[in-house]
Amino acid sequence: MEKVNITINGQAISVPKNYTVLEAAREANIDIPTLCYLKDINQSGSCRMCVVEVSTARTLQAACVYPVSEGMVVTTNSKKVRDARKTTLELLLSDHDRKCLTCVRNRNCELQKLSEELGVTDITYDGMTIKHDLDESSPSFVRDNNKCVLCRRCISACKTIQTVSVIDAVNRGFATQVACAFDKELGSVSCVNCGQCIVSCPTGALREKDYTGDVWNAINDPDKYVIVQTAPAVRAALGEEFGFEMGTPVTGKMAAALRRMGFDKVFDTDTGADFTIMEEGTELIQRIQNGGVLPMITSCSPGWIKFCEHEYPDFLPNLSTCKSPHEMFGALLKTYFAEKNGIDPAKVFVVSIMPCVAKKFEAQRPEMGGKYPDVDVVLSTRELARMIKQSGLDFANLPDEGFDDPFGQESGAAVIFGATGGVMEAALRTVAEVLDKKPLENIEFEAVRGVQGIKEATLNIAGMEVKVAIAHGLGNARKLLDDIRAGKATYHFIEIMACPGGCVNGGGQPIVNAKVRMDKDIRAERAKALYAEDKKSTVRQSHKNPDVDKVYKEFLGEPCGHKSHELLHTHYTARPKY
Amino acid sequence: MKSFAEIENIRKENNSRLTLENDNSTIRVVVGMATCGIAAGAGPVLDALKSETSKRNLSNVVVSQTGCIGACRLEPIVEVYEKGKEKVTYIHMTPEKALKVVEEHLEKGNVVKDYVLPETIKEDGTVQDMAKTAFFKKQFRIALRNCGIIDPENIDEYIAFDGYKALEKVLTSMSREEVVETVKASGLRGRGGAGFSTGMKWMFTANAEGDKKYVCCNADEGDPGAFMDRSVLEGDPHSVIEAMAIAAYAVGADEGYIYIRAEYPIAVQRLKIAINQAKEYGLLGKNIMGTDFSFDLDLRLGAGAFVCGEETALLNSIEGKRGEPRPRPPFPAVKGLWQKPTLLNNVETYANIPVIINKGADWFSAIGTEKSKGTKVFALGGKINNTGLVEIPMGTTLREIVEEIGGGIPNGKKFKAAQTGGPSGGCIPASKIDVPIDYDSLIAIGSMMGSGGLIVMDEDNCMVDIAKFFLDFTVDESCGKCSPCRIGTKRLYEILEKITGGKGTEEDIEKLQTLANAIKTSALCGLGQTAPNPVLSTINNFMDEYVAHVKEKRCPAGVCKSLMKYVIVADKCKGCSLCSKKCPVGAISGEIKSPFVIDSEKCIKCGVCMDTCKFGAIEKR
Repeated sequence: MEKVNITINGQAISVPKNYTVLEAAREANIDIPTLCYLKDINQSGSCRMCVVEVSTARTLQAACVYPVSEGMVVTTNSKKVRDARKTTLELLLSDHDRKCLTCVRNRNCELQKLSEELGVTDITYDGMTIKHDLDESSPSFVRDNNKCVLCRRCISACKTIQTVSVIDAVNRGFATQVACAFDKELGSVSCVNCGQCIVSCPTGALREKDYTGDVWNAINDPDKYVIVQTAPAVRAALGEEFGFEMGTPVTGKMAAALRRMGFDKVFDTDTGADFTIMEEGTELIQRIQNGGVLPMITSCSPGWIKFCEHEYPDFLPNLSTCKSPHEMFGALLKTYFAEKNGIDPAKVFVVSIMPCVAKKFEAQRPEMGGKYPDVDVVLSTRELARMIKQSGLDFANLPDEGFDDPFGQESGAAVIFGATGGVMEAALRTVAEVLDKKPLENIEFEAVRGVQGIKEATLNIAGMEVKVAIAHGLGNARKLLDDIRAGKATYHFIEIMACPGGCVNGGGQPIVNAKVRMDKDIRAERAKALYAEDKKSTVRQSHKNPDVDKVYKEFLGEPCGHKSHELLHTHYTARPKY
Repeated sequence: MKSFAEIENIRKENNSRLTLENDNSTIRVVVGMATCGIAAGAGPVLDALKSETSKRNLSNVVVSQTGCIGACRLEPIVEVYEKGKEKVTYIHMTPEKALKVVEEHLEKGNVVKDYVLPETIKEDGTVQDMAKTAFFKKQFRIALRNCGIIDPENIDEYIAFDGYKALEKVLTSMSREEVVETVKASGLRGRGGAGFSTGMKWMFTANAEGDKKYVCCNADEGDPGAFMDRSVLEGDPHSVIEAMAIAAYAVGADEGYIYIRAEYPIAVQRLKIAINQAKEYGLLGKNIMGTDFSFDLDLRLGAGAFVCGEETALLNSIEGKRGEPRPRPPFPAVKGLWQKPTLLNNVETYANIPVIINKGADWFSAIGTEKSKGTKVFALGGKINNTGLVEIPMGTTLREIVEEIGGGIPNGKKFKAAQTGGPSGGCIPASKIDVPIDYDSLIAIGSMMGSGGLIVMDEDNCMVDIAKFFLDFTVDESCGKCSPCRIGTKRLYEILEKITGGKGTEEDIEKLQTLANAIKTSALCGLGQTAPNPVLSTINNFMDEYVAHVKEKRCPAGVCKSLMKYVIVADKCKGCSLCSKKCPVGAISGEIKSPFVIDSEKCIKCGVCMDTCKFGAIEKR
């Protein structure tokens, strides 16, 4: 890339021609405050916090969108700039519900941080504020417009990245707010509950619906047998809430913490994932061999499922009928496990810790359970962190412990479920070996890894060309499905995850400040933790997990058999778009 | 589809018809049928003229409609043209008056002097052309050249007065570069407000790389009290269409849009008619006049948001998105409509183009001042005798506009200030009434040219209240995208409310200034950056009024209700009790034939008592 020479605060620097002033300043180690800016998601120049003086314009310009040009002189810290930023911040605060102490984002709020950094000690302006009602209609999250700063990051995440587009700015001027069309509630539109809006929000205007109280009540209820299971992506990010470097797996400490919090059993959703591979792999083999509907598409991501139901109902027959791993596992816990241990299934209370808020909706689907719901409560990684803090545990210094028996063993294949391409790779590790009827030479399928939006590969399995594709982020899923619809592409097997990067970057994961996101790709960093754990695993293929094998022998019979269909498979419903 | 030769024949034929060149018998009667005329009742007048002339078999009388004649206060206006005679202007017409005009004037040849504009009656009793009156004498019409003369719904009448001659000229004898050079050399600057060089804009768009380019027209006129563009579109839509075709040729575009607010139904209707006529004649569409140049034009209606007059918000709106500005750069010339290079000019700017092409850059640049060439159209309103639409050469002083063209202030009141640039502009105080009207002089005194609203204020206007009025508008019209404008203008308004409500402090004036300057420097678009101007310019020029409001809790103009009370001057009160009877809240009491008193606690300051009193005994203090 061609470079241009510019001067920032007297410092000469040469930067690529396509840089913004913000990017150039970053390179020169100059910090410019931002609020509406979120790398790759929202670059609109609307909050005006990042204004700077540039020699090429009369008024102050937003550094996040202003392009550099040869010879440009930039000043980022003049009195004029500081005054303008502070006034803008005071204006934002004058229209903000400043209940920081009781806010879920206390100490992790970008607005609060700006207030500290810019030295706001008094808010000069006061006046009217509009009191907004909370939107609590969604089972997954809550919208509190009293805390919204109208940065529109959530809108961009929903519209540009996910192409779901259920929220946008409505009204104008001072009355502007982020809302659904026609004042509908989030729970009654085609929102897929992915929660990318939450992890994009700089303040507490969007948050997961908190069910920690229900879980504490269950733990404290002597009549309840409370089982917790944790999804693979949780261990890759939970540490961030306790000061660990991004990408540090904290599996052992997490298991230790859960045990000390009072759960009766601490299991790993990875076991569920191994069942999923057994079922889904078998389903794929059957579809290929029996001329079933292809391409088969994975069904682990509840955000993707709801997206498919609203936007692509014609693809519902393509969806694998498998429940997602934690639902499968929940079903087995309330049947096989309860039976085997002589526990009344009515007393079994299953809590899933998920990197996801769409799972909260999923767990409440009537089809997810028989007499009892498969899973009783879904908590996000953030809620778990909150509970650990409430327990008074010194998380960083906890010993590393394992999961409980009889599901103490899980495969490396299940661990990588948390990253884009992971479900595909796990499935291939089993399917290829089963079909080929001989051990795989290399179980690592590099072609399906990485953060590229849409990945494709053609594999030779048992003398057959198998074409696969992986899409993560619903915008990419849309592209892929549109191509299939238009006949431009054909595949046998497709993995789709609603969130960009897969579950590691799910809507229930720790929220990362926009500044950090400028330098770090969350998706890649957290995925590293999972691939590292996979590498360390003794068992790296689902069908080789002895715990799983045992359950098939003792209880389920065979994959995709009668009992499996009853407990581990489900169906989907077309839903209207509007 | 016609050829240029056929167009030339239409031109000759219609020019002769309309100017009554060789026609001693025809009488041409035109009725001003722009929004202003129609609102005043011109429709029934036109109908009455038509039916009565036909009833009387006056086959030599041709009655037709025309656009805005300019003198709003005189509507409905009917003008009568006869060869060899001065034009007669009838004002405040009604269908009844029309019947009389048909009988007396059109049939018998006697001008009905009772109905003509009094200023046109000379001392000797004869009637002269309205163009010779003070209102028109100092005007110079380029953009409005055809308004009030031709029928805007008849393309032949536009062609008659050099219409589409400029398009023919560029398509047959000028290169694209020559067209851009001509516009540059003319010195024409954008008439939408900011005054950027039109030629430069054309050059940037012409030079921008792109497989597709667009030419757009900003007809989203939204300043309160401004109606320049509406009048051009209602009176002469083809001038804009022709100019856009010329622009498209110059920059290499083949598609264009006129973005017009839906609140301008007559302009929309006339544009639609005009576009269809131009297409029928082959002046728009594929291979225009048999050349290899193609240009298609369509309308896009705006929902009336002021911010959509901002160029990037306008483009968003055309694309079907929320009308909000985009950051610039990239400028529309590089990435505009659907990310393609786009030329965007306003209505009045375009209306100048055909004349510049026909008469040359030198002719145009000889008009006006050194840096502001040509003329500017203003919608003259407020406290002024001759309200209306005026077009003046750049450099005309504000005094000439107010005192000569505008005929001064009504009721012998004193001129206090004039607001140019609407809510984005500032006020010009009486001390600066000799300022020449041009882009740079207005900026230098803290106002701006704007799109052409000119509101005159007299001593009865409170300048704090004026600032509040404009802020009320910008608060309502802010799109809500950037924080300084969304919240800042609201806070400015609230402080002004506090001051006019009698609760302001000196600190509030400082706060206003700090906040106003911060918004000005940091808002995203032109709307936000200029929204504080009315506050800053009134503080700069009328600080004493602000101080009176906060320190003495007094509104010198007697406008701010909270700071004012009605009192009965005992010496003048005859004790008739009329005011007491009219008071809607029973705040006035007293005994017959002795002075009454107003209870300030109960008084709601509606002013009914003051209007009622026959003895001038009630005063505002």
